[in-house]
Amino acid sequence: MRIEILKQLNEAKRARRAVILVTDISNGEDRLAFEGDTLPGLPAEALTKAFLTGKSGLVELDGWSFFLNVHVPPPKIVVIGAVHISQALAVMAPAAGFDLEIIDPRTAFATPERFAGVTLTADWPEDVLKHRPLDAFTALVAVTHDPKIDDYPLVSALKTGCFYVGALGSRKTHAKRIDRLKEAGCSDAQIARISAPIGLDIGASSPGEIAVSILADIIQALRKRPIGAGA
Amino acid sequence: MNDMAGLDDPLSIAEGWKAEGRDVALATVIETWGSAPRPVGSHLVIDGEGNFHGSVSGGCVEGAVITEAMDVIGSGSPRMLEFGVADETAWRVGLSCGGRIRVYVEKVA
Repeated sequence: MRIEILKQLNEAKRARRAVILVTDISNGEDRLAFEGDTLPGLPAEALTKAFLTGKSGLVELDGWSFFLNVHVPPPKIVVIGAVHISQALAVMAPAAGFDLEIIDPRTAFATPERFAGVTLTADWPEDVLKHRPLDAFTALVAVTHDPKIDDYPLVSALKTGCFYVGALGSRKTHAKRIDRLKEAGCSDAQIARISAPIGLDIGASSPGEIAVSILADIIQALRKRPIGAGA
Repeated sequence: MNDMAGLDDPLSIAEGWKAEGRDVALATVIETWGSAPRPVGSHLVIDGEGNFHGSVSGGCVEGAVITEAMDVIGSGSPRMLEFGVADETAWRVGLSCGGRIRVYVEKVA
């Protein structure tokens, strides 16, 4: 392995970018592929599948053997709002392999007693996200119902390109939200990425059921995210 | 999936050791059959003195991999190693768990 490749690989991992190290087993030649890249001699589908599953393995074709070592950052969920749905989500997310943190400036909601063992910050999202910015492998879930709290992180998530952006609220609430987000400079295409009403439509009723529908929605967004040349 | 990005990660260690001027080889699990203890993509990093960090088998075959890695550092040519109960070659070290693994060893140059 060339040291230049190793340095680029480590740099990408530190920056929480998904990257695949492709090694030609027959001659030891190594290359890096980022999401959307194509590499000569390797089918695009093989790279896409590896990025989506996160699984490393050999790809053999026409007598050539390539080893794909897949490095996908650990996905995170940032929840805006220390509500009942968040309590249920905080229990389920780690089981599905997600790190989770909750942000809510309302100190009556964001109490350690209600969220034992959960990373919880009782502060305004704009202050917290300044220090811990969102990224492509973070899902943003806004569930406070309060535009003063939800809007800033929603705009931030859309502009950052978070793989999932969801917002709680009825269609009527969401229509008003769309107007505000447009004023904040979000494009129609960005706004169309918001999952609203939040979660998969499974008829969820209780906070726990809504948490399941949100988590399933997030997993779908992660495992079926668009990857392809030029995507 | 290799999620490790911290300072304890073998790939970060490999880069650090190179920066210190050490000779470095990297061993990678590229294929497993049966109950292999470490997943595909796992790394062991070895320097020219035989120091190592990481794991390709949870301790079963590391000694043999380190010996081979020292040769790879000397020659500069990568090698493919295979370990396991069904392996009839001279490289019959055996995984106590009954699995088989293939390990690719290369020099970081």
